[in-house]
Amino acid sequence: MGEILVVVEHRKGEIREITREMLFKARELCSGASHELAAVVLVGDDAGSMVQEVAKMADKVLVFQGPRFENFDSHVYGEVLTSLVRERKPFLTLIGHTSWGMDIAPALAVKSGYPLATDCVNILLEDGRPFAIRQIYSGKLFSRVSFRESAGYVFTVRPGAFLVPEGELQREGQIEMHEPYPHMAKTGKEFLEFVDTGAGDVDITQAELLVSVGRGVGEEENIARIRELADVMGGTLSCSRPVVDKNWLPKYHQVGTSGKSVKPKVYFALGISGAFQHVAGIAGAGTVIAVNKDKKAPIFRVADYGVVDDLFNVVSALKEKL
Amino acid sequence: MNIVVCIKRVPMTQEVDLIIDEGKKGVRKEELAYVINDWDNYAIEEAVLLQEKFGGTVTAVTIGDEEDEEVLRRALAMGADKSVRVDPGARELDGFVVAGILARVIRDLEFDLVLTGVQADDDNLGMVGIMVAEKLGIGHASVVVGVEPEGDQARVKVELEGGMDEVSNLRLPALLTVQTGINEPRYVSIMGIRKARKKELNVIGVEELGLSEEDLTPMTRIEEVFLPPETDGAEMLEGDSSAVAEQIIRIIREKGVSI
Repeated sequence: MGEILVVVEHRKGEIREITREMLFKARELCSGASHELAAVVLVGDDAGSMVQEVAKMADKVLVFQGPRFENFDSHVYGEVLTSLVRERKPFLTLIGHTSWGMDIAPALAVKSGYPLATDCVNILLEDGRPFAIRQIYSGKLFSRVSFRESAGYVFTVRPGAFLVPEGELQREGQIEMHEPYPHMAKTGKEFLEFVDTGAGDVDITQAELLVSVGRGVGEEENIARIRELADVMGGTLSCSRPVVDKNWLPKYHQVGTSGKSVKPKVYFALGISGAFQHVAGIAGAGTVIAVNKDKKAPIFRVADYGVVDDLFNVVSALKEKL
Repeated sequence: MNIVVCIKRVPMTQEVDLIIDEGKKGVRKEELAYVINDWDNYAIEEAVLLQEKFGGTVTAVTIGDEEDEEVLRRALAMGADKSVRVDPGARELDGFVVAGILARVIRDLEFDLVLTGVQADDDNLGMVGIMVAEKLGIGHASVVVGVEPEGDQARVKVELEGGMDEVSNLRLPALLTVQTGINEPRYVSIMGIRKARKKELNVIGVEELGLSEEDLTPMTRIEEVFLPPETDGAEMLEGDSSAVAEQIIRIIREKGVSI
């Protein structure tokens, strides 16, 4: 009997979905082994209803409140979590595999001496021993990871790996207000602002048909051919990350976790391999049609229809018919 | 501004069939082509861009065997001044051990900034950089898409989920894990790589670093590598391009989109 600790991620007063997903998974892990589920919230003076919302999903909510928790600071989180972990020795600590989580978890693992598995798509307990299931080679293979024996273990959890069923988790967790650790060293970080990178001339979230292009397009010049096809089809042009990384299309065309989540009736993916960050962005799409040269491309695992071919063969044939 | 950049050579796995090896702990690597880890390529470019603007030296560090020197020579050709390869010998490595080795090497170098990629394309860990920072006792930021040094701090832009960036000032020295797209990595010619052979490349055996057995013992172990679980998967459209195009048009129309 031990504790499973979930680090609550929130932004601009809203709990991030990954938090609910982790609490749901942690609950499942608790029930198999009678562990207790504690959630830790670091929040500024105005917590809104966040703490109460978390309390519905945990046995205990540990709250650290004050101006220094107003904005995310990996240094501050690191100090608080390390003290907390040293004090409570949670058996498992769950942190989101997000930009923020990736900044906290490895530091916590080093400070606490606990083993860490990142970007887990599953966490298993077998005879009380934890194992992580995680993807390698960009999702082409899975691995099962074991740990050096330790009092506690740290996991970062892939967003979207555990889907929360509707209408569950109505608990009344006990809320504990904690004194912010007074000895905390001065941080070297100063938050300045959030910048919205998603706004632009095109709103891909409203499109019925998205003609989406990925790394398989090969050259910048070829983007024009896909744009023509999108125009002929009456669809909107979107893309995956590599196309934006290469500056071939502006960021507001990007579908995926760091871009936009879309919900077209049809998502037509051309030369997109289907990294999980991309696939997470098309969960709301009605029908997915994918064209890729690589028959093992992960996109075919989530697509409804697939074509194994050079995308330009398909593009030319479509243009001829329309 | 002195910068250390940590890089890795990884197998190219796009459009390649990976074959699980007999021990089921990894993949058969004999037939795979190797490249610089994509994220690290951006990290090198960022280091060189900063050096061009602010002066100082760029040192590239990797852990691996002689063949892995390929990525160091590439970094030198892009503009790094010197490089270090740590030879791990037969040591088993995980993210924790790699971070310990890198931190030990970097501690002896002069640096204002340490750059790594967000993650490597093979093990997809995304933990090594921040572990190095913690072991060095310096500040850090993950998934960085912009860096502007100014005096003893840097304005750092971090990419968050959902089309949002977070901008902060971070005191130097610091470690940043660099996201793809932060810059446009320069082209490297074979000639450039040849010329870079004149630049410094030091090789250190891991046993010379004086790390403890504890630091060199992995915390995690891959027990098994396996294929992704079966899904229903896509219904594959067959026929020549013309027949495929007709089916695509029909499906799109059936779903209520007029084209």
